[in-house]
Order: sequence, then structure tokens, then C-alpha cells
Amino acid sequence: MPTFEYAPAPESRAVVDIASSHGLFIGGEFVEATGGKPFKTLNPATEEVLSEVSEATADDVDAAVRAARSAYTRVWSRMSGADRGKYLYRIARIIQERARELAVLETLDNGKPIKESRDVDIPLVAAHFFYHAGWADKLSYAALGENPRPVGVVGQVIPWNFPLLMLAWKVAPALACGNTVVLKPAETTPLTALLFAEICQQAELPAGVVNIVTGAGATGQAIVDHPGIDKLAFTGSTGVGKMIARSISGTRKKATLELGGKGANIIFDDAPVDQAVEGIVNGIFFNQGHVCCAGSRILVQENVADEVVRRLKRRLTTLRIGDPMDKNTDVGAINSRAQLQRIEELTAAGSQEGAERWDSGCELPSTGYWFRPTVFTDVSQSHRVAQEEIFGPVVSVLTFRTPGEAVAKANNTPYGLSAGIWTEKGSRILWMADQLRAGVVWANTFNKFDPTSPFGGYKESGYGREGGRHGLEAYVKTGSDQ
Amino acid sequence: MSARVDVRKTYKLYIGGKFPRSESGRSYEVLAAPTGRRATPRFLANAAMGSRKDARDAVVAARKAQPGWAGATAYNRGQVLYRVAEVMEGRRAQLVQDVRDSEGLTPARAEAVVSAAIDRWVWYAGWADKYAQVLGGLNPVAGPYFDISAPEPTGVVAVLAPQASSLLGLVSVVAPVVVSGNTCVVLASEDRPLPAIDLAECLATSDVPGGVVNVVTGRTAEVAPWLASHRDVNAIDLTGAADAAGVEWGDLELAAAENLKRVLRPGGSGPEAVEPDFDAVPDLSRLTAFLETKTVWHPKGR
Repeated sequence: MPTFEYAPAPESRAVVDIASSHGLFIGGEFVEATGGKPFKTLNPATEEVLSEVSEATADDVDAAVRAARSAYTRVWSRMSGADRGKYLYRIARIIQERARELAVLETLDNGKPIKESRDVDIPLVAAHFFYHAGWADKLSYAALGENPRPVGVVGQVIPWNFPLLMLAWKVAPALACGNTVVLKPAETTPLTALLFAEICQQAELPAGVVNIVTGAGATGQAIVDHPGIDKLAFTGSTGVGKMIARSISGTRKKATLELGGKGANIIFDDAPVDQAVEGIVNGIFFNQGHVCCAGSRILVQENVADEVVRRLKRRLTTLRIGDPMDKNTDVGAINSRAQLQRIEELTAAGSQEGAERWDSGCELPSTGYWFRPTVFTDVSQSHRVAQEEIFGPVVSVLTFRTPGEAVAKANNTPYGLSAGIWTEKGSRILWMADQLRAGVVWANTFNKFDPTSPFGGYKESGYGREGGRHGLEAYVKTGSDQ
Repeated sequence: MSARVDVRKTYKLYIGGKFPRSESGRSYEVLAAPTGRRATPRFLANAAMGSRKDARDAVVAARKAQPGWAGATAYNRGQVLYRVAEVMEGRRAQLVQDVRDSEGLTPARAEAVVSAAIDRWVWYAGWADKYAQVLGGLNPVAGPYFDISAPEPTGVVAVLAPQASSLLGLVSVVAPVVVSGNTCVVLASEDRPLPAIDLAECLATSDVPGGVVNVVTGRTAEVAPWLASHRDVNAIDLTGAADAAGVEWGDLELAAAENLKRVLRPGGSGPEAVEPDFDAVPDLSRLTAFLETKTVWHPKGR
């Protein structure tokens, strides 16, 4: 059979115009930071500096919280739900209109393939705003409790793996419920959040309803610790999630935490193998494995393990790794040098502990941060590659014999975010889904997201849900709540 | 003819369906609430003074019972819990006496409190096969998928029972935890533990499996930190931190962060903790505080 080479198919970056430096977005205006150390954000595929970004100090965070409080008291909490909804509809429409620009900017700043930012991230961002816009004047129908009303000023800290999508998951429900926000994007991926600030201006969203402060951990901590914050929403690592839980202990701040995972993707012997292999690939190599709900542990029934692993490896050799701006690219760049080092450290531990390592052997670009799709076999449950979240394109394969053993192994983790089941047997799917201690279970599919579908973890994967009716709960108080 | 010498009850712990003494061998004096007529408080009983090990044993019992309890059908859980109310009604006289002594109430008020407690138990029992429909449902996703979200129990819940409301408050915090399939370790009111042991006897003589509710009596300040930091406890209700001697609820919440327990904070505002008014009509918030939402996706196709 002849093989055809792919010709380069680069997306044009002419659609974005990146300013050489960015201020903070506070009270509806871009303002200078008050003395933090500006930092650079890079294109991880090329290590090219894209822009210089301000570091918000505790004073800047304070200004942002005061702007949010003022907007909350004077404007946003008094506005009718219908009018709040109309602003969110405007934002959703502008996101659709500027979708290509947002997708290109996301790919440049994050390193994810343009086909993912274009076809997954940005459409979902628009969908989230559109969905929540409709809730704004219907909250009393949402079975949230009596007299649902906003919580107040919400501090939101989001990660770098889905920068604008995580912003949408946070901002859309907060605003729909009548809260105002102070949001900090991740320090390696601030650019689409700053472009979102411009979108808020275009939508003529009242000043101070959305405030965006850039910076790293210290800026996030300043948000967490600020006494003017009524609720926190965080997506990121379990370690930082626990720090936040400790920081707010003994206060009346509410919190939702969407944290790490070590999802089990369980393949039974009756599953259609090719579909399951595609599911494994989508589960762990989507977005370079920078996915908290990734299916990073494959549990495959023993009698088909060799077959599944063989076909998986064959499939991985066909993945195209490289320029994220190329429309044919399947796997893009690792988001940062620090993340690449973490992946390298954990995979080295996998080899040291005796697991069998295999990678696709593909060529990698000479600049930027890259990691080949990697498979560990002969993995035991105690291995670090089976226990710790790698957050990269690395999957560990374990085997099982019975459904009961699959459940026991799948649940043998402090995490509880996601799980996958591949089998043709309907009753087994439902039984497995009942047994798995995970917030999202994908059966014969994986890594599907939708604004109407609640998402969030059990156990140390955090608490609270985002999306759907359930996601509204975190952003309202009801009944006699003070 | 001389008055009969009554047979008095020994108040013990309730762990795994059994009534052990504290492994520590300790007990403490429980006194009647002062009612103004007596100068010295009246001795009621020696209650077991539960220890760290008792709390840990109770967690083990709760964990062991949890899958079976959660795996029972909702209809079955509802019936079993309704049966508890029946047994409470049968033991009304004892409950009234202990609530009256513990809280210093008039006979009429004690009757009313016990009635409210039984009615509340019935109210929550009825939710067993209803809350999942109210709280869960189909998600209309933009694609060819069947996508459904349903609530599930969090797991093992530590409950600090209210200090003042020894029965109505206790029922109001325990019933919403177990109705959904959680199991619990309840730290009874420190100074008013007797109605909690009465309730344990109602549970033991109904069809609630051993380990679903475990009751530890003793010093809240001594035992609560071990429950708050226990790695096999999934959630903690801090309601009873209000007015518990030597207890800062913020410290317990801090310890609970270690494994990201779900924390139900005590009532009140700021650092102050206030015991809620349990006469008020409840809502679903105590039930939902100990639920997880699970979302399941499946493709549709021919």
C-alpha cells in the first residue's frame, strides 16, 4: 500500500496581533501593575517570547477585589438576570466572531495543536457562555434551594492546560449567578485571558465585573488570602488545592476545587479493539496529556493485553508530533520547561522501578519543549507511573482478569476524577459505572465535555462541580445562608 | 411495701452494631441540666469516655458497612430508616425522659421535641428514593451521547452532633447523612450524650445494619481532631463544634484539608460558631453536603 506524506499545512498567525507588553485588567481598564516583576510568556513550540506580562502584587489584587466589590454592589448584583444574560450572550457571540484569533493565540501561547484549539477549546468556550447566559434569569427554577442569590466576589485561579476554556468554566457561571470575579490565568498562558478582557470591553460589560490579574503563585495566594473574597474556584494540582483548603479553613469563604487525577481507562476483552485503541489515544494523548481527567492508566483484560498494546504502539507511530500551528499535527508542545522536566523525572522513575518503557521514536523539533508519546508496560500498582499524575503524553498499562479486580485497581488511588470503560456488554457498563469512584465515567468514549454536563472529582480530585445545573450551586447562596 | 429498686441502664458506645465500653476503660459523669430548683446538679449516669482508638474502630466499622449500605436499593434504605422512626415511637417514654433530663425541659416541651425528632426522621427517610431524581438527570449535550448525572454518597462521614439539641439536633444531622448511603461516626453531645445512646438502641433494634451509624460519647475536644485528620474519613460535619469546650472549628477544618474532606462548617458568621435552630423546617442542604455527582457518558448509535 503506498504511503502519502503530509505536506505542511500551517495556520496563519496573521490573525493575531500580540502586544509586546500587557497590563492588568482592573475596573474595566488595562492598568500598570504597582511594582511586581514583569515576566515573559513563551511559545513553547519555539521558545520565542510572545509578550511581557505584568506581575500583580498584593496591592494590585486588592485593587481588583475592590473594583469587583464595587461592581458587585452597585451594578451586577442589582441587575436583572435577563440583562446579565444578555451580556453573556454578547460575550458568547464575540467569542464566536473572534474564534480563529482566539484559537491561534491559544495555540501560540499553550503549544496545543491548532486543530484542538480551533475545534475543541474555543467552540466549547463559546458554548459555555451561551449556555450560562440562559441560566441568568432562570436560577429560581434550578432546584438550588430557596431564594438563590449571588455569593459576592469570586476569586478564580486557573491552569495552563485549557487556558480560555477554564476561564469560561469559571467566569460564565459566576457571572450568570450575579457574582463578580477576579481571575488569575496561569503564568505560562495568560494571553487569551487578556484578550478575553478586550472582549469584555467590546461587549461593554460593566467595569469591574471581570478583573484579570496576571502572575504566578504569589498572586494566586494573594487572591486566596484576600478578606474581600467570598468564594474561590480553583483548577490545578491537588497539592495547591490542599494549600487553598488550608488557607481558607476557619473562614467563611466557599471553595470549589477541581484537581488532579489518575484516571483508569478499562478495556474488556469484548471491546472492539480498534475503537478502544482510539479511545486510549484520545484519553491520554489529547492535549499532550495535559488533562486532569486523562486516562493515564490503562487497565486491560489480561487475555487481550498483548493485542491491545501491539495495536496501540502501531497507532502511536502514526501520530504526528510537531508544529502546533500545522493543521495536521496531533500532538503539540509540552507547555513549559518545568512541565517537561517533571515528565522526564517521572518517566525516569518508571524505568528505574522496572516498568518497560516504549516510545514512538518519532523525530522531534530542535527547539521548544517536546516529549514523545510513551507507553509503560509491566507496570505494578505501586509504581510511581501508576500512582502519580504525570500530566504528559505518558500512559501506564496494567492488566486485570475480572471486573471486580478492574474496579479494585481503578479505585486504588487517592484521586477520583475520571474513568473509562470499554465493553460491548451494557449491564457491565452500568455495574462498572456504579462501582467506580470517579466524578466522570466515559463508557465507549473518552474526554468528552459539554457545558450542560457536570464535571468534577471524588476524593482528592477536589470538590464541587462545574457545568450543568450542578455547576451553579457553587455560585449561589440560598435559604438562610449568610 | 417498699418501693422497687429500679434497674438502671449502662450507657455505652455504639460501634459496628455492638455496644462496647470505651477501650480506654474511662467513663465520665453525666449530669442533668440545671432546672433552677436544685442547688447541685443531679447525677444521671456514667457515660463511656471514648478515646482515639474508639474513634478509629468506629471509622473501620463505618467503612466496612458503607458499600453494603450504599448498595442497598433506595426503597430498602427508605424502609429501614422508616422502621427507626417506628422504634423511636415505641421508646418514646425513654427518649422523653432522657431529653427532659439532658436539656432541662418541661415534660410538655420534651414530648414536643421527641415528636419533632421522630417526624424529622420520617421526613428524611422518605427522601431515600427521591433525592436522586430531584438532584440528578439527563444532560442535553451537543452530540450523539447519552449523558446522565446522579448523586452518590461521599462515603464515611464524621459528625459532630450538636451540643445543645441532644435528640432533635442529633437526628437532624445524622438522618441526612445516612439516607443517601453514607455511613457515619457520630460524636455525641459532650454534656448531653444520653439521648444519642437511646437513639443507638433504636438503631440497633431496627434493621439498620451494624456500622452504618456509630456513636462515640466523650470529650469533643479530645476525639474530634482524630476524626478530622483521619485519612479514611471522606467528610466531616462540624455543626457540633459550636459551644464544644476547647474546640476551634477552624483547626478541625485545617486538619480535614489533608485529604480534602468535604467540610460542613458550623452555623454562624465569621469565626463564631452558632448551633442552628433545629425547630426550623429543614431543606436539602444537609443531604447534598455529603453527596458526590457522578456523570456517565455513552455514545448513541445504531
